[in-house]
Amino acid sequence: MATAGRDGEGAPPRRRLRGEVFIHRERCKGCAFCVEFCPSQALALDKAFNRKGYHPPVVVKAEACNGCDLCGMYCPDFAIHGVRVGAGVDDEG
Amino acid sequence: MSQHVNPVEPFLRMERMPHIWCPGCGIGTVVNCFVRALLKTQVDIDKVSVVSGIGCTGRIAGYFRADSFHTTHGRSIPFATGLKMANPELSVWNFSGDGDLIAIGGNHFIHAARRNADLKVVCVNNFTYGMTGGQVAPTAPLHSLATTAPYGAFERPFNLPFLADSSGAVYVARWTTFHVRQLVKSMEEIMHKPGFCFIEVIAPCPTAYLRRNRLGDGLEAMRHYKQSSKVVHGADTRSVDIELGGPIVVGKFVDRDRPTTLEAMRDELHKSLGDKYVPYPTGVQR
Amino acid sequence: MKADPRGVLTGVHFLDGDHACCEGALAAGCRCAFGYPITPSTEVVERIAQRLPTVGGVFLQMEDEIASSIAIQGAAWGGKKVLSVSSGPGISLMMEHIGLAAMTETPCVFVNVQRAGPSTGLPTLVAQADMMQARWGSHGDYEVIAICPNSPQECFDLTLHAFNLAETYRTPVMFMMDEAVGHMTERVVIPAAEQLEVVERRRPREKPSDQYALYRCEPGSRVPPMPPVGEGYRFHVTGLTHDERGYPVMNAEAQDKLVRRLVDKIRLAEPELARYEEFQVDDADVVLVAYGITSRVVQRSMRLARERGLKVGVFRPVVVWPFPERRLRELARRVKAFVVAELNLGQVVLEVERLAGGTRTVLASHAGGALHEPEAILKVVQEVLR
Repeated sequence: MATAGRDGEGAPPRRRLRGEVFIHRERCKGCAFCVEFCPSQALALDKAFNRKGYHPPVVVKAEACNGCDLCGMYCPDFAIHGVRVGAGVDDEG
Repeated sequence: MSQHVNPVEPFLRMERMPHIWCPGCGIGTVVNCFVRALLKTQVDIDKVSVVSGIGCTGRIAGYFRADSFHTTHGRSIPFATGLKMANPELSVWNFSGDGDLIAIGGNHFIHAARRNADLKVVCVNNFTYGMTGGQVAPTAPLHSLATTAPYGAFERPFNLPFLADSSGAVYVARWTTFHVRQLVKSMEEIMHKPGFCFIEVIAPCPTAYLRRNRLGDGLEAMRHYKQSSKVVHGADTRSVDIELGGPIVVGKFVDRDRPTTLEAMRDELHKSLGDKYVPYPTGVQR
Repeated sequence: MKADPRGVLTGVHFLDGDHACCEGALAAGCRCAFGYPITPSTEVVERIAQRLPTVGGVFLQMEDEIASSIAIQGAAWGGKKVLSVSSGPGISLMMEHIGLAAMTETPCVFVNVQRAGPSTGLPTLVAQADMMQARWGSHGDYEVIAICPNSPQECFDLTLHAFNLAETYRTPVMFMMDEAVGHMTERVVIPAAEQLEVVERRRPREKPSDQYALYRCEPGSRVPPMPPVGEGYRFHVTGLTHDERGYPVMNAEAQDKLVRRLVDKIRLAEPELARYEEFQVDDADVVLVAYGITSRVVQRSMRLARERGLKVGVFRPVVVWPFPERRLRELARRVKAFVVAELNLGQVVLEVERLAGGTRTVLASHAGGALHEPEAILKVVQEVLR
C-alpha cells in the first residue's frame, strides 16, 4: 500500500491525496467558511438559493479536493464534509 | 450529490435539527471539533456526559447524542462536579458561553479550577450575550459596543486563560474557530488528562456582537482570526489579554499535573482515617 | 428493600436533631452530599463530612449554597442518593435549583433547619417562617413534599422517609426542621438495618434504544422511571419545558401537559402521602393545628385547656405539603374551630382556612426567636370558645 502518511526519511514519494466532498444543500446557511478556507479552492458559493434562501457551496474543482475535511470541521451547520478516497487514504485526517 | 453521512451525525440528535445557531456562528464549529476528537480518541461515548448552562453555547447539550444536561444559568460546573463525584468513571464535558461560565458562573469556575475538579471545560467566547441580544459581557473588549454598554464597554475584561491558570487549572489553551485542527488536538489531549482542563475558543457572534461593532460577518471574523492570531505555546497567561480588533494570542499555555479533587480526597482521608476509610473510586488511572 | 448496614448506626444514642438527621440520611443510603456552613444547620454537614468517608460516600463543601443545591442534582443523575442542608439565606439561594429538581424530576432531599428571618434575621434562633417558601419559593408552578419533624428521633426516622419519598416520586423533598428541633438533644433509637425499609430508584425496564423516552410513564403512573447515566440511554435533561423524550418544546400544549403531570403527581398523591398525628380530637370543640417544634408546645396548651374543662385536641401534620387535606376536611365538619399555632405571622393557617370550609380558623402567631408560651395559645383557645 502506498504510504500517504507523514513525510519522513525513507518514505516513498507522497502521492497526491484525493478526496470527495459531500454537501447537504438544505442545511446550509451560507456562511461561506468552507469556501474561504478550502486549501484546494475546490468550492464556490452557488448562485442558486436553497429552500432557506441561502447560497450553499458547490464543488467547482472536484479534482482539486484532497479530502482533508477542513470544510467539515468548519461548517457550523453540519452541511458539508470531505472524505479521502482511493489509494492514498490515510488516517491523518 | 450523494448523501454520504456527515461524521457528526451519529453524535447529534438529528431529529432536533436545524439548530438555533445563526448563520456564521462559531458554535457548530466547536461541535465538529469535539466530534473529531471523540472519533480520534475512540472513547466510549456512553461514558461521556455533556453538561451545559444557559445561552447559545448551552444548547450544545440538547443537540449532542450523549447523556446530556442542560442546567441553570452559570451553574453547569457545580452540576458537572456533582455528576463526576457521584460517578467518577464518566468523562464529563462542560460547554458554556463566556457569560454563563465567567459572569454568573465565575465563582464556580475558579473554585472548580482550585479544587481541580476532573472536568473538561470548553468556553465558547464570543464576547457577548448572544441569546438575549448582545448585552455587555465580562469578556467584552474595552470600548466594544453592547446593548447595555451603548456608549462602549468601560470595564476591563477578564483574560480567561490567566483566570484559569491562576486558579489552578492543569490544562489551559486558547484557540479560535479558525484553528480547527489545533482545537481538535487540544480536545484530544484533555480527553484522558485528569483534572480541570480549560479550552477557550474565540468564536464569531455575527448577530449580536460583530454587527454592532462593525466587525463584519462571521466570515470576516474568521479572516481576522486567521490574520491576527499568533500561536505562542507556553505563553505567560498574563500576556494574553484581548483588545478590540487586536491580535489574539493562541496556543497551549498550561499543561501540568496536580491531584484531582477525588485523588486528593482519597489521599487525605486514607492518611487520616486509615482502615476506617472506605475507598471511593477516583476515575483516574495514572 | 432493606437498608445497607454500612450506613446504619444501630443502637441507642443521645443525639441532637441535626446529627440524627445526618444518621437518617446515611441509613437511607445517601452517599453523596454537598453543603455550605450556615447556622443552625452546620452540624448536619459537619457530621456528614465526618461520616460519609467511613461508609463509602463523598462529601464536598462547595463554594456556596447555589453550587451545593445543583451539585447534588448532578450527583443524583450520577446515581447517588443525595442531600444538601441549609437554613434561611442559604435556602433562599437554593430556590432556583429546587425548581430545577422539580422540573427535571431529580430525587433529592433539601434539609432546612429554619431560623428567624427575613434576611439574616436571627441566625441562632428558631422560626417556622419558611413554610410557604418550601412550597412555592421557586418560580413557576410546581409541588414538592415537605416534612416537619418534632424530635431528634423523628429527624432520624423522617429523614429516611424523605429519601424514600424523593425516590418514589422523583421530586425534591423539603425536610423542614427548625432550630429548636435541630439543637434539641434526646434519645434516638436507630434500629438494625434489616428493620429499615429503603426505596431504591426505579430504573427503566427497556434497554437503551432510539425509542427510549426519558419522561415516558408506565400506564397508570405519573412518575417515570429514571435511567442510569453512562449506560447508553443517551438521555437529555433540561430545565426547559420538554416532551416525553426530554427535548425542549416551546408551546402551551407541552407546558400544560408537563406542568400538570408534575403538579398532579404530588397533589393527587395526598392520600398516600398524608401523615399526621392526632390527640384527643374525638370530642374536641377546638383543634389546635401545629407542626414541627410547635406541635410539642400545643400539647401543653391542650393539657392546660383540658384541665379547665375545655374540649381541645391537637392535629399535627407531619407531612405538611401536600397538606393532609382529607383528614382536615373531616375534622372541619365536626369541630367548632381550628387554632393554628406556628412560628410565623400566618402561613400554614392559610391552607387550614382554605380546607376548613367555613369552620372558624384562628391564628396563634409568633414572629420567632423563641417558642410560643403554651398559655398564650390557651388564651387564643379561650377567646375562641368565649
